[in-house]
Amino acid sequence: MTDAAIIALSLKIAVVATVASAPFAMLAALVLARGRFWGRSLLNAIVHLPLVLPPVVTGYALLRVLGRHGPVGALLESTFGVVFAFRWTGAAVAAAVMGFPLMVRAIRLAIESVDRDLEDAAGTLGASPWWTLATVTMPLALPGVLAGMVLGFAKALGEFGATITFVSNIPGETQTLALAIFSLIQTPGSDRAVMRLVGLSVGVSFAALMLSEYLARRVARGRS
Amino acid sequence: MSVRIDVVHALGQLQLNVSITTSAGLTAVIGPSGAGKTSLLNIVAGVIRPDRGVVRLDDDVLVDTAKGIWRPTHTRRIGYVFQAPRLFPHLTVRRNLGYGRWFSPAVTDPFAFDDVVDLLDLGALLARMPARLSGGEAQRVALGRALLSQPRLLLLDEPLASVDQARRDEVLPYLDRLRAEIRLPTIYVTHTPAEVESRAEQIVAMDRGRVV
Repeated sequence: MTDAAIIALSLKIAVVATVASAPFAMLAALVLARGRFWGRSLLNAIVHLPLVLPPVVTGYALLRVLGRHGPVGALLESTFGVVFAFRWTGAAVAAAVMGFPLMVRAIRLAIESVDRDLEDAAGTLGASPWWTLATVTMPLALPGVLAGMVLGFAKALGEFGATITFVSNIPGETQTLALAIFSLIQTPGSDRAVMRLVGLSVGVSFAALMLSEYLARRVARGRS
Repeated sequence: MSVRIDVVHALGQLQLNVSITTSAGLTAVIGPSGAGKTSLLNIVAGVIRPDRGVVRLDDDVLVDTAKGIWRPTHTRRIGYVFQAPRLFPHLTVRRNLGYGRWFSPAVTDPFAFDDVVDLLDLGALLARMPARLSGGEAQRVALGRALLSQPRLLLLDEPLASVDQARRDEVLPYLDRLRAEIRLPTIYVTHTPAEVESRAEQIVAMDRGRVV
């Protein structure tokens, strides 16, 4: 595996995890921010569980549920032919689950900080609650949504425990940057290769942070 | 058009208990802060749901708690200018003004975009973001935005409250122009009777939740 291939795989997994989980994160954030229903605290706890559980437990749970013999995994395989176990898509699922609470938290805070008075104003102008959500609430929460996606992406990029437990450490399939560094550390005489990958890891993370800062500035500039 | 309001609503310590019928033209609602004036407008606009009572525009029943009728805000076609402009900060003045027109049927269009822009002198502001407007300018945009949503009734809640004294002349003459050029039934809430004494067709004085 070349360094470039490892980085490409890591980015692919992190991007797919972030983009695929973002709509669900927005929905969860919206429900938690604005919903008033029985079981809200329970939902909140479930969403936050991956944040507090040991990642190996989350990975094991994914294996039991989404693995080939797990109830959901077997169903997905027989009906759609989709397999997550020991595939890069499974790594994306693990990364998405681990990043989910961070994404939901940031988006929820952003939605809660939107001025309800503006939503009332939209209503008096003829916007139904759904239109208000689409044209006022979500655009105003956009910086927080982006921040949440960057957090989720960062978590996905660095995910280790749940990934290795769920999809193992297969070069070219599930071996992300973090897993590759882990493997190399255990191989004698590969200090230079380790340092190289560590350097790349720092570089990729740094670039992601700079990009998020740039996006946040652009959004802020559009409002003044 | 006449507006029939007959509602009872608990507001913390206070109980709002109002029964009024407004006629055409400008109806002023005056009274000290905390008299329940804003809550009254919120009930008419549908921002709050009264505990009991009826709100009717002519024969159109907006609220009748006894019959379980409650029309949601966005279906009422009532323009509302709040104390603060409440402009959408992510949209230009032009798009703020146009916001309500997305949702109003195109057939009924007594207030054309250009006419409202002229009436309120908004031409020079169209490309700006709300953050770059003075208080008086922002409130004029809010007024234009409400008019362009093609309302049947206009509610003004102390539209000068967020505008400092020196800049009130940026707004008051426009309210007069509006009254002269557009015959839109209006309920104007204020605690400064001087603003409305010479202008209103009907004055309702409120104190501690009741008409006095």
